[in-house]
Amino acid sequence: MTQFLKIAGFSLLVISLFATYSNLGIPQIKPAPPPSQESVDLSSMDMDSFISLGEKIYNTKGTCTLCHNELGGRAPMLDNLGEVVSARLEDAGYKGSAANVVDYIVESMNEPSAYVVKGFGKVGTNDQESPMPDVRSGSIGLSEAETLAIVAFLQDSSGLDVSIEIPSNVEEVAEVPEEVPVSTGGQGSQRAKYASAEEIVAILGCGACHKIAEFEGAIGPDLRLIGQSRDAEHLRQSILDPNADITEGFVAMMPPIYGDQLFASELEMLVEYMASLK
Amino acid sequence: MISTSIKQLLIVMLVVFLLAVLPFSVAEAAEGVQVTVPELSSSDYPVIAGVNSRVAVWLAAQLHLWFAAFVLAVPIFVFIIESIGVWTRDQRYDEMAFEFIKVSITAYSLTAILGGLLAFSLFIFYPQLMTYLTGVFSESMFYYALLFFAESVTLYVYYYGWHWLQGGDKKWIHLTLGLLLNAVGTLLMLLANAWLTFMMSPNGVDTAGTFTGDTWGAIHNFLWNPINLHRVVANVAFGGSVVGAYAAFKFLSASGEDERAHYDWMGYNANFIAITALLPLPFAGYYLTAEIYEYSQQMGITLMGGVFAWLFIIQAVLIGTLFIAANYYLWCGMGRSEGAHRYYPYIKYIAFVIVASFLVWFTPHTLVLTNEELKALGGPYHKYLGPLGIMPAKNTAVNLMILFTAVSFLIYRRSNKLPTVSWVQTGNALQIALFVAGIANILILGIYYGYFTNTVYKVAASIPQVLTTLVVIVISTVIDSFLYKGAEEVAPLRWGRVPDRSQYALFLLAVAFTWLMGLMGYIRSGIRQHWHVTDVFRDNSVDAFTPTLGYAANVVSIGVVIFMAMVVFVFWISQVSSKKSYPEGYWKTA
Repeated sequence: MTQFLKIAGFSLLVISLFATYSNLGIPQIKPAPPPSQESVDLSSMDMDSFISLGEKIYNTKGTCTLCHNELGGRAPMLDNLGEVVSARLEDAGYKGSAANVVDYIVESMNEPSAYVVKGFGKVGTNDQESPMPDVRSGSIGLSEAETLAIVAFLQDSSGLDVSIEIPSNVEEVAEVPEEVPVSTGGQGSQRAKYASAEEIVAILGCGACHKIAEFEGAIGPDLRLIGQSRDAEHLRQSILDPNADITEGFVAMMPPIYGDQLFASELEMLVEYMASLK
Repeated sequence: MISTSIKQLLIVMLVVFLLAVLPFSVAEAAEGVQVTVPELSSSDYPVIAGVNSRVAVWLAAQLHLWFAAFVLAVPIFVFIIESIGVWTRDQRYDEMAFEFIKVSITAYSLTAILGGLLAFSLFIFYPQLMTYLTGVFSESMFYYALLFFAESVTLYVYYYGWHWLQGGDKKWIHLTLGLLLNAVGTLLMLLANAWLTFMMSPNGVDTAGTFTGDTWGAIHNFLWNPINLHRVVANVAFGGSVVGAYAAFKFLSASGEDERAHYDWMGYNANFIAITALLPLPFAGYYLTAEIYEYSQQMGITLMGGVFAWLFIIQAVLIGTLFIAANYYLWCGMGRSEGAHRYYPYIKYIAFVIVASFLVWFTPHTLVLTNEELKALGGPYHKYLGPLGIMPAKNTAVNLMILFTAVSFLIYRRSNKLPTVSWVQTGNALQIALFVAGIANILILGIYYGYFTNTVYKVAASIPQVLTTLVVIVISTVIDSFLYKGAEEVAPLRWGRVPDRSQYALFLLAVAFTWLMGLMGYIRSGIRQHWHVTDVFRDNSVDAFTPTLGYAANVVSIGVVIFMAMVVFVFWISQVSSKKSYPEGYWKTA
């Protein structure tokens, strides 16, 4: 009996060590809940809102950034479409029927194998087949309006004139994911929205590296008067993609994770606050 | 002349064989069958007695899987051990094989009970999903049930006929029964795997998920074979670890030296089986993961780079624990022979590499830090430890860990022997050169291709690393077996002469394996996220969200505790069956 109790105690100890490590030794990330449907009145949207909707879908429901990012090398970047689309349409390997940028982007989303950028095809297909799924099907399941919103966003972010029209007769309801950040950090419970930009600065720990508010970080640029030299657009980019433009005298070390930790409205609140620091 | 009872047995075997081949008839498409996917809302999922349906099904499925893995794995190595006994004519192997199957026979009925519990739970809590799945797999489910008869009959005849079917042709019939038992068991597993892999990578359905009658297409879906391979290997490793725990328990409770020696030997063999299967397991895992990426990049990235990525840090801790425990057991086992003293000085170096590799493997890439910690670190990544967080470092670490475990095993094998062949020095030099070249190749592939080239090569380099490890292990084992052929035994192995703490390494192996299987079971199922059947049948229940890893770990831990309690019952009942008492004066005398 003593042996049995010893063995049982030992086994329970091992199990509890594994459980403790899993609870306390690693960050408890609460994944975003399943996407839900939300009504969007397209008829009342201006082009900026439509582009913004496209950006939101691009980063969330569309799951585009899973592959189209600088880290993984799994899919080509999409910020230079204006420069590359014409050449692709004339390429001998092009199998589609698009005649302009808009058609090309839509076709790439719906029939990704129509043109596979060199080096990004499925293994063993000699770049004839794309690993990208048809965005209309499966878990992505974009509607036509959502696809066009992403096209608008991609045109805008590539420096092109946005040449599409906001659909009014396609459908009036677009699927948009709930506004929930990817990671809430902490203990994993879904958090309430931050009340102010100052709270965001304190909680995200911006002051560990930057001089901002009452913080005296010395690793990154001084942000106390950042609004004098940077506009809102630049500040937004610096949070979402901090290494896109590095201030002279500093190195690229800010992680591109903070955008994921904020609700879109919080991001705007932070950007507005920083732009006001003059 | 064949006796009547043997004739009857042969007829039973023929019937079992026919039952086993029946499922192949389902490979044809059924004409006119159409099963559509329903669109559900949260109110379509029954709430019964306040039970959390997801956790109930999760625990029932996991417990069933643990027992099923055990009862499917044990006959595989029982058959091998029995064959070794026939080959060597060493009766100890036959007795050990019988003891193993005796343990699994009680577990068998528990497996069936838990399978029933799982099926009822699914039909009660997820009726529409089960309607869809039974619509797709109705025929294979029917044959699955029939196969259970075949499995039961074969297992019972194999077990209860063990001492009857001894010697000459009878032994061959018994071995054939063992083979048949494994064939039926494997077939059962393949059918069940088809259902769950269909939920991950549906096939044989149109884009809306409507099944049109192509049963073979649904069975032979994209992830079926990768899961089949991974499960067979993992089941053997897991089964070995559980019977190892049984032997350890018996060793610690043994009353005499002979009993200790027997269970020490049994524990060693069980551990050998577990580790032999553990070594190729990471490679089967690579294959499965590569196929998941091939099927769906989204699913692959969700698995390895998304919300589940941290789970692999927990997995690293568990696998590191397994390797450390397995090596520790081997090092303790070297105490069985006086001849092992020659190799003791090397153990500390092996231990250093294994522990260092373990630490690399579970070094995370990014950390959740407080402001002060972030400031002290100078950024989110540690200057020196940060690079150890990415996959090339981890691939290198796991390959080194496997190679050095092979070294532990090689020196353990040598501990009581002296080679007598003339080419001893050449053989040793060859082995050393092989290991040095292999380690150098793994390091170069890991460091150069992992850090100084682009991502494509980072991932691709893991394959030659794996091949290097396999080549080194296979060739060095072949050289070693020739080198020690006819070797002189200088200090015999004294079974039973191991410290009690070595047996705790066997318990650690069993618990860690069980916990690891639970965790991997969660991730395999979890990567479907909010889909019952990926991309075609959406889960709209209130539990469709992916939980935090801590929550999942707690459910897994509760499952492991329940499983362990049931396993203790199995061990106990298998002992009770062999006990006899003779109460004086109770029975009437004739």
